Amino acid sequence: MAGIVQFENVGLRYGTGAETLSDLSFSLAQGSFYFLTGPSGAGKTSLLRMLYLSQRPSRGSIRLFGEDVVQLRRARLPGFRRRIGVVFQDFRLIPHLSAFDNIALPLRIAGVDERDLVTPVREMLAWVGLADRASARPPTLSGGEQQRVAIARAVIGRPEILVADEPTGNVDPEMAARLLHLFDALNTLGTTIVVATHDIHLLSRVASANVMRLEHGQLQDPTGALRYPPRADAEGHG
Amino acid sequence: MLGASQADRRLLPEGRLAGPMPWVIAIMMFLTALAAAAGLAMGDAAHRLGGDLGRQVTVQIVAADPGVRDREADAAQHVLANQDGVSGLHKLGGDEMQALLQPWLGDAGLDRDLPLPAMIDVDLTDAGRARLDRIAAALVVAAPHARIDDHASWLAPLVALIRSLGLLAGGIVAMMVGATAAAVVLAARSALNTHRQTIDVMHMMGSTDAQVARLFQRRLALDALFGAVVGLVGAIVVILGIGRRLGEIGSGLVGSITLPWTAWAALLALPILAGLLALAVARITVQRALARTL
Ligand SMILES: Nc1ncnc2c1ncn2[C@@H]1O[C@H](COP(=O)(O)OP(=O)(O)OP(=O)(O)O)[C@@H](O)[C@H]1O
Ligand SMILES: [Mg+2]
Repeated sequence: MAGIVQFENVGLRYGTGAETLSDLSFSLAQGSFYFLTGPSGAGKTSLLRMLYLSQRPSRGSIRLFGEDVVQLRRARLPGFRRRIGVVFQDFRLIPHLSAFDNIALPLRIAGVDERDLVTPVREMLAWVGLADRASARPPTLSGGEQQRVAIARAVIGRPEILVADEPTGNVDPEMAARLLHLFDALNTLGTTIVVATHDIHLLSRVASANVMRLEHGQLQDPTGALRYPPRADAEGHG
Repeated sequence: MLGASQADRRLLPEGRLAGPMPWVIAIMMFLTALAAAAGLAMGDAAHRLGGDLGRQVTVQIVAADPGVRDREADAAQHVLANQDGVSGLHKLGGDEMQALLQPWLGDAGLDRDLPLPAMIDVDLTDAGRARLDRIAAALVVAAPHARIDDHASWLAPLVALIRSLGLLAGGIVAMMVGATAAAVVLAARSALNTHRQTIDVMHMMGSTDAQVARLFQRRLALDALFGAVVGLVGAIVVILGIGRRLGEIGSGLVGSITLPWTAWAALLALPILAGLLALAVARITVQRALARTL
């Protein structure tokens, strides 16, 4: 089966300097759980941005859900983005909206009826432990609370891919474990999960997870599990 | 297109989006409405001067001998009454002549012996205007001392002046439309910058450009409408004031400068047009700005 995400010889260059990321070739299997690690500045956020269609690669091809998204017409991008949930490293909550409205945003953008979104949003608030902060605005929330709102917003639309950039950076270990449990539960329901983190303690928390390691702009692939095209023994060519 | 859901409404913070834009539009609408009113009044006046007054001629019979004068005046009236295209005749009587001359000669100067011409006001139909030469020819045969004073000949330059002032007013209105559009573009760009983060987040969640544009166009159009109504109300107050002053002067020419009801309707439509213009301009501006992002 072809991966839900396929990078082939992808390179990314900001401005005119050296490539921040080069020769990325990998394939992510649908329904799997991936950690993306690497030192600060290695390019994790950059890789994820290409994955959630906020940055075009300088070269190479990216396929999502079986379609080339590098050459995609602008008008088709929203359709792809609605299938991807993103937890941004810097949260990007909308400051004048309450926690409830921030979490409801993806549903409203997708055109869900107001009556139909109250229950799921309330459930989601409860799940991330913020049931009593529904009407609080982000500036009045702690860093960890904001992060949980950001996570709730990313998963409320039941995305096929969930991309999370340092989703546990601001929470205590106990909350980090709970959030990972939430991701794991989503993964069980079929969502493909990609979590960037430099917290190596997290890696062992999800037994089934694959680990991708970025260093010096290149993907280290000790196991070969991510290689694309897959090895000859896996797919029969290459 | 103006309708927005509660949800849409909440996505941008409450209050004005547009900064000083509504006030800029209020000022421009004020000037636009004045220029438009002036233009419409000028157009109307030129039309009516060219129409009513332009279809009048005065026949003067200038003869020193009162006997000749009266005889020719009667003959002239007779001839004119039988001409095609003459719709009305009025020979000015002694009192009317005195009233006409009184400003120049004063009460004392009026004297029975002063040789005054006989004067006949003649109203012509359009057909009569066209055959004025033939009417004059027939008139001179019957009344050799008759002279035709054609109002249109001295009105023509005035009508032309009024027409060009009306065109100037139209040009000013066109420029104001351009300036209004520019003000909306600036307001839309600044609103986009202010809310760049919200827009980015919405984009990343799969908002279409149309969804984002809708947030802005509605608010910007309502702000523009508000400014336009304020400006128009100010202009109407001024126009009514000027109208009263003109009415007090009460002279024939100045008095003919009035606003027909169609002009009032056009003025009242201006804010709605400004709102629609703002809606379209905001939509195009936002969509073009978004098209430059990924
Ligand atoms: N928009 C940008 N313009 C120019 N350079 C950028 C931009 N974004 C990132 N970079 C550079 O690219 C490199 C990789 O950055 P990136 O944010 O992807 O790293 P990261 O692995 O996510 O780091 P961290 O763990 O600290 O979040 C850095 O050297 C950074 O300075
Ligand atoms: Mg990062």
